Amino acid sequence: MTTAAESGAPAYLSVRALGKRFGDFEALRGVSLDMRQGEFVCFLGPSGCGKTTLLRAIAGLDPQTSGTIRQGGVDVSLLPPSRRDFGIVFQSYALFPNLSVAANVGYGLVGGKTGRAAIAARVGDLLTLVGLPDSGAKYPAQLSGGQQQRVALARALAMSPGLLLLDEPLSALDARVRVRLRHEIKALQRTLGVTTIMVTHDQEEALTMADRIVVMNHGVIEQVGAPDEIYRRPATAFVADFVGAMTFLDGRLESDGTARVGDLRLVCADVDGLAAGTAVRVAIRPEDIQVRGVAATAVNRIAVEIADLDFLGAFCRATLKTVSTGPSAGASPPVAIVADFSSNLMRDLDLAVGKPIAIALPADRLRVFAAR
Amino acid sequence: MAWFGGSRSTAKVAASRDDLIMRAGLLLLIAWLLLAVALPLWTLLSKSFQNRDGAFVGLANYATYFSTPALFHSALNSLHVAAMVTLIVVPLAFVYAYALTRAVLPFRWFFQGVALVPIFAPSLLPGLALIYLFGNQGFFKALLGGGSIYGFEGIVTAQVFYCFPHATMILVTALALADSRLYEAAISLRASPLRIFLTVTLPGVRYGLISAMLVVFTLVLTDFGIAKVIGGNFNVLATDVYKQVIGQQNFEMGAVVGMVLLAPAALAFVVDRIVQRRQVAMLTARAVPLMPRPQAGRDLALLAFCLTIAAGILAVLGMAVWGSLIKYWPYNLSLSWANYAFGNFDANGWNSFANSIELAFGTAIFGTALIFAGAWLMERTRGFALGRAVAQLLAFVPMAVPGLVLGLSYIFFFNAPANPLNFLYGTMAILTLNTIAHFYTTAHLTATTALKQIDPEFEAVSASLKVPVWRTFFRVTVPICLPTLVDIAIYMFVNALTTVSAAIFLYSTDTKLASIAAVNIEDTGAVAAAAAMCVMIVVTAASVKAAHLVADRFVLHRFQAWRRR
Repeated sequence: MTTAAESGAPAYLSVRALGKRFGDFEALRGVSLDMRQGEFVCFLGPSGCGKTTLLRAIAGLDPQTSGTIRQGGVDVSLLPPSRRDFGIVFQSYALFPNLSVAANVGYGLVGGKTGRAAIAARVGDLLTLVGLPDSGAKYPAQLSGGQQQRVALARALAMSPGLLLLDEPLSALDARVRVRLRHEIKALQRTLGVTTIMVTHDQEEALTMADRIVVMNHGVIEQVGAPDEIYRRPATAFVADFVGAMTFLDGRLESDGTARVGDLRLVCADVDGLAAGTAVRVAIRPEDIQVRGVAATAVNRIAVEIADLDFLGAFCRATLKTVSTGPSAGASPPVAIVADFSSNLMRDLDLAVGKPIAIALPADRLRVFAAR
Repeated sequence: MAWFGGSRSTAKVAASRDDLIMRAGLLLLIAWLLLAVALPLWTLLSKSFQNRDGAFVGLANYATYFSTPALFHSALNSLHVAAMVTLIVVPLAFVYAYALTRAVLPFRWFFQGVALVPIFAPSLLPGLALIYLFGNQGFFKALLGGGSIYGFEGIVTAQVFYCFPHATMILVTALALADSRLYEAAISLRASPLRIFLTVTLPGVRYGLISAMLVVFTLVLTDFGIAKVIGGNFNVLATDVYKQVIGQQNFEMGAVVGMVLLAPAALAFVVDRIVQRRQVAMLTARAVPLMPRPQAGRDLALLAFCLTIAAGILAVLGMAVWGSLIKYWPYNLSLSWANYAFGNFDANGWNSFANSIELAFGTAIFGTALIFAGAWLMERTRGFALGRAVAQLLAFVPMAVPGLVLGLSYIFFFNAPANPLNFLYGTMAILTLNTIAHFYTTAHLTATTALKQIDPEFEAVSASLKVPVWRTFFRVTVPICLPTLVDIAIYMFVNALTTVSAAIFLYSTDTKLASIAAVNIEDTGAVAAAAAMCVMIVVTAASVKAAHLVADRFVLHRFQAWRRR
């Protein structure tokens, strides 16, 4: 796993071999990561994967057990949070309920050398920035969840931190507000150019917002990459499964570079350098399955029957079962493949449960992982 | 992916100034708790293994204790009384609490309030009222059929009055936690009311019942006032400690009796902690609160029961008030304020009352500040796990220690000539110190509960904004917890007024308290003046509580505008 900054410029944030133990439990195992200045990175993974632990270690809130963290060329590994340079937004917002919105945003500015008028002006600017110019006098309890989250964001940005940390900032909000705030946070981050880390378990959030995604599992980084890279070329079966939907077919590599799955023989464009005879998992996304115009000679053509259809609004998710026809018919149990059918397709081909159809699995869309 | 071993301990992150301040605060708190709780108790323990000259004699004192029938008998008497009171109070309190929480009761607030009245009285008040009612010149003396109220029966009756609110409060809390979905499920499965009671209601409150029993048992065991006033020749542990120490100046034997008193109280405390931990585990966040529905027969029966209990409580209180206003019981029943001229009964006169007020304010102000700040330090200090654990352990000790034992241990610790703090002995300062220590745990738990409810990330946010942690404490944490701070202050105030047990060993002529004066005055036979002093305490404590309720309703909410949506 190499994650050194590709740009050649020195990394703004550099995490090296970070480990964290809670008693016998290893929350982080040798995590290394580099971030460029101004980059928006998402830590994505299931709960308990170590993403929040990593964020809190970077903030200094829960110090690492081993490893180093450098920020802006300075080793901050052993500094307490108050001597690091970051602003943070928590899932709970952690707004001070007894202080007005303006007092919350200006909390860190008061007591410094800044004058009263300058603070008021700065608070006004920040509130305008997050789209709440008239809410300064209100108390947090009088605001909606989304508005509270914006106040928390303004407060975190008040000290112009070099690093903005967002710990599942949107997960307490309802779906509509969440989608809107995604765009706003991303736009704000782009405007300010502040280096940002966001922890999330929501893959859609990570895919839409991040410049780069760090997928984590069991305290290790599974893959680091741009959203489309993570989605199209998942490095591991875990990433393939966690990000987006995926059908996995268990099989074995043949000497001619095809994969044998039950009765099927699948041509794969890339077998990841695995040797013949290796037990593998062949993966394909539901939307990559070809249904229209499958020629009789098409590569990876499979005869299937529609076993089940789940109506999901804009499209249907179908479970397809292979139909055995060849000489070895019935030798292996049928293979189940998940495919997404658009409403158009459903209408055009008059698809329904029980209907036999022919599909093709494009060779360049098949991902091959060694089975564990 | 390389598996990374690394050292097991967390990297030594430099402590920020905030961390250093909080750790220093925690160390000061530990020092205070050692001084006010642990070291005195240690002195008491070692004293029980020494002879008069301070030489170590092993278990000799204990051997003497258990082989002296007069002494050992008191221990059995104490257990007997405590068991009897527990058996009477807990069922009564259960039915009363059941009525308050599960029945549709008119004037519910009234019944709830009346049940709490005894809390505002020193424990000797019910004793005095019983003397008026059943004493040698009592109204209902004839009902006893030649028996005497002085002794076992008197103590048990007075203790029932004194312990009732404590048991009721615990059981109301337990019964209020019901999940209506369980009852709906039981009804839909066609279970009979009795079966529902046995399979849903009782199991739901079993920890509350155990807790109430333990609390009552300990209260009775360790109370001094009632046994002193109405015990007659019936000796119990609490009066024995007093007699050994004050009467016979036999400090070693006093220490042994203290240890004997400490053992069951500490055991009850430990059991209670285990039980309460389970009670918490039973709660689910999604429980739907039970709303009682009218049911004429049950509601009427429970109303009658509550009326009876309330009448009993008010009768005892009313008797004390009336008795204090009567010129010369039972010969001249005309009313007068003569018994309130305390100067005629006790050299300190009204000064004792003034002392009590001073102690109550001192305890409320200093105690609340110390305990709340302490709870915050224990909750929010980063790192320094050992310090936090030690402080937490020490904060729990006072609840396991009867006031009488704590007071006695203060004699041994602070009165020792070698102790540089010796100058505190006999001052208001030591009384304040002792009272804060005595009621530390309950107040600490209240503060901790409130602190656990506020966002755990406030300190992290203020660190990221480079704001010193103490500023966030005063600007955010304290204002948010203001209602809890007031609750704690009231609790400390009321208890400082009513307590007798610890102070009885620690007062000097200049610092005599109202509750102690009442004990002394009663000793001289002036029951009416003693009752008058108790009434002053009740009226003051109840007024403060009432003022709190009124202020809460009409004034305090102005400072809490931010809570409104």
